[in-house]
Amino acid sequence: MSSPNSAYPDIPETQTKPKRHEWPLWEVFIRGQHGMSHRHVGSLHAPDEEMAIKNARDVYTRRNEGVSIWVVEACNIAASSPSEKGPLYEPSESKVYRHPTFFDIPEEVGAM
Amino acid sequence: MYAQMVKSEAADESAEAQAFQARIDAGEKIEPKDWMPAGYRKTLIRQIGQHAHSEIVGQLPEGNWITRAPTLERKAILLAKVQDEAGHGLYLYCAAETLGVSRDELTEMLLDGRMKYSSIFNYPTLTWADMGAVGWLVDGAAIMNQVPLQRTSFGPYSRAMIRVCKEESFHQRQGYDIMMKMAQGTPEQKAMAQNALDRFWYPSLMMFGPSDADSVHSAQSMAWKIKMNTNDELRQKFVDQTVPQAEYLGLTVPDKTLKWNDEKGGYDFAEPDWAEFFEVIKGNGPCNTERLAARNKAWDDGKWVRDGLLAHAEKRNARKVAAE
Amino acid sequence: MADVTQEQLFEFLCRMGDNTLVLGHRVSEWCGHAPVLEEDIALANTALDLIGQTQMWLGLAGEVEGKGRTADDIAMLRDVWDFRNVLLAEQPNGDFGQTMMRQFLFDAWHLAMLTALTKSTHEQIAAIAAKAVKEVQYHVERSGETVIGLGDGTSESHKRMQDALDLLWPYVGEMFVSDAIDDAMAAAGIAPDLADLRAQYDAHVTPVLAEATLMIPEGGFAHKGGKTGFQHTEHLGHLLTQMQWLQRAYPGATW
Repeated sequence: MSSPNSAYPDIPETQTKPKRHEWPLWEVFIRGQHGMSHRHVGSLHAPDEEMAIKNARDVYTRRNEGVSIWVVEACNIAASSPSEKGPLYEPSESKVYRHPTFFDIPEEVGAM
Repeated sequence: MYAQMVKSEAADESAEAQAFQARIDAGEKIEPKDWMPAGYRKTLIRQIGQHAHSEIVGQLPEGNWITRAPTLERKAILLAKVQDEAGHGLYLYCAAETLGVSRDELTEMLLDGRMKYSSIFNYPTLTWADMGAVGWLVDGAAIMNQVPLQRTSFGPYSRAMIRVCKEESFHQRQGYDIMMKMAQGTPEQKAMAQNALDRFWYPSLMMFGPSDADSVHSAQSMAWKIKMNTNDELRQKFVDQTVPQAEYLGLTVPDKTLKWNDEKGGYDFAEPDWAEFFEVIKGNGPCNTERLAARNKAWDDGKWVRDGLLAHAEKRNARKVAAE
Repeated sequence: MADVTQEQLFEFLCRMGDNTLVLGHRVSEWCGHAPVLEEDIALANTALDLIGQTQMWLGLAGEVEGKGRTADDIAMLRDVWDFRNVLLAEQPNGDFGQTMMRQFLFDAWHLAMLTALTKSTHEQIAAIAAKAVKEVQYHVERSGETVIGLGDGTSESHKRMQDALDLLWPYVGEMFVSDAIDDAMAAAGIAPDLADLRAQYDAHVTPVLAEATLMIPEGGFAHKGGKTGFQHTEHLGHLLTQMQWLQRAYPGATW
């Protein structure tokens, strides 16, 4: 922790409050009209799977027709873990997506 | 900026931390399950959280004019824009959630004042021209910061920023479009446009935060690639970009010292009143009370809705299980 | 088939467009204040659809009228007695439950109406309906599911939804009351017979409210006066003071 500053209260060190009753987190996968397969687009909160699909439609497709949406509760996703023994510093050549030029920045953004 | 004066944690000197820094230096993205220094995690939660809060509170000054928009088309555009801000807040909260903090926890920290949002949203929107000024200046300043943040080291934050930047491309333009209409309109409209620029110019410059050229916190955040430029760099870039746009509109930037400096290839300009900035941050801006009250009311009034829909979902699941 | 007069057609189009104008305005009032971010975004989508439909209905109304008025002129420069929306649409938002109940009760009518209008003998009306009906199909799914969720949620949410239904149910009847204009539209095959829509409406709404564990109030009383413009509620005038402020304060300016 660096110098304390009362104008910018810190994130509390410990969570003292009990875990609250929140809407679960869902991961959203969308196949567009011309898409090859469902692609992860982001997450959202919803009380159940039906509302999760509706929310996904409102949040992530702005209601385009003809898309297919999958939602899965985030806690049900099994994910690989980075290996404890593996090299922390992997060669990055094979990972084009980690290079900034991989991403198309809309021209408008750069222009203004 | 939407995240102002985010305090950075100190780095540690362990071998893991050094390997971590090497990954960042090599341009790799850090993902939620990767090892990361505690300071990196905490700084990011603070920064992404503050950024998200700014989007959410930022709905209010523009939302203030949705019901008074002058035409159906302006109303639709403004509504779509403010809706985008809610979406951007949502993406950012989700990015923060990958670091082990929930959206409701972050929300409560905003509502009780433990976390901050950008100073700019504590200024009032008084005329329709303010919708133009906010889009042009405030979104313009935000974009300055958000475009480089697409390359930030933390994967979920970077991906959220890419999405945000893609969607925001029309925001600044719609603001400038309103300003053009006003500047070319009746004398009253032109006066309204000048008045909006007069009020929003310095608060926009404040968005970048005070000079941090010598700040160790900033240096650490920049080493971690969660801050990509110094505040002064971005502010200079903003002024250089905005002054010709104001000239095109035939409006006067309210800074008598403003002058092109050939040597540095940019404008010399007056600093905003930093005393005012610190007062706004402390809660003494013109609208701090109203903004937080509005967010608290929405949250408190919405509790029965969130609880009700969750209770129904749980009942339905229980019925489903019982039927199996 | 019988012909309709230009005035009758204009009147009918204002009824369609004023419903979406006024309700869209009400829904847009939520922006930035909804109970949860996902609902905030969804409500904005509904409002955006309704504003878009307004542009089409009132745009066509201006065309039919032939006096050179645009959709904006019609929206921004008429006074209360010229508005032709049903009273349900102008009711205040109240709490989120009241807003969603109002939405559902309107959406179910709107869906039945637009579905019928897709078969209108008037080409432009059929085309507008064909676009709008897809949007409204989603509105009613969402509002219906929310009414069910809140009605069947906690005891507090149930009570609030029952209160909302009790408050708003007397405004349902007006959507199905025919007058000379509706009769002329029906006779010309432009719009459906409203009495026929009622059966569809009940078949849609009754099971949703039952699943929401809500009781439909007894008695057939219906407030009216909105769609004829004879007598709106006091709420509409206040809505217009906001919506029309700039156009009224700076006449002749372009925005």
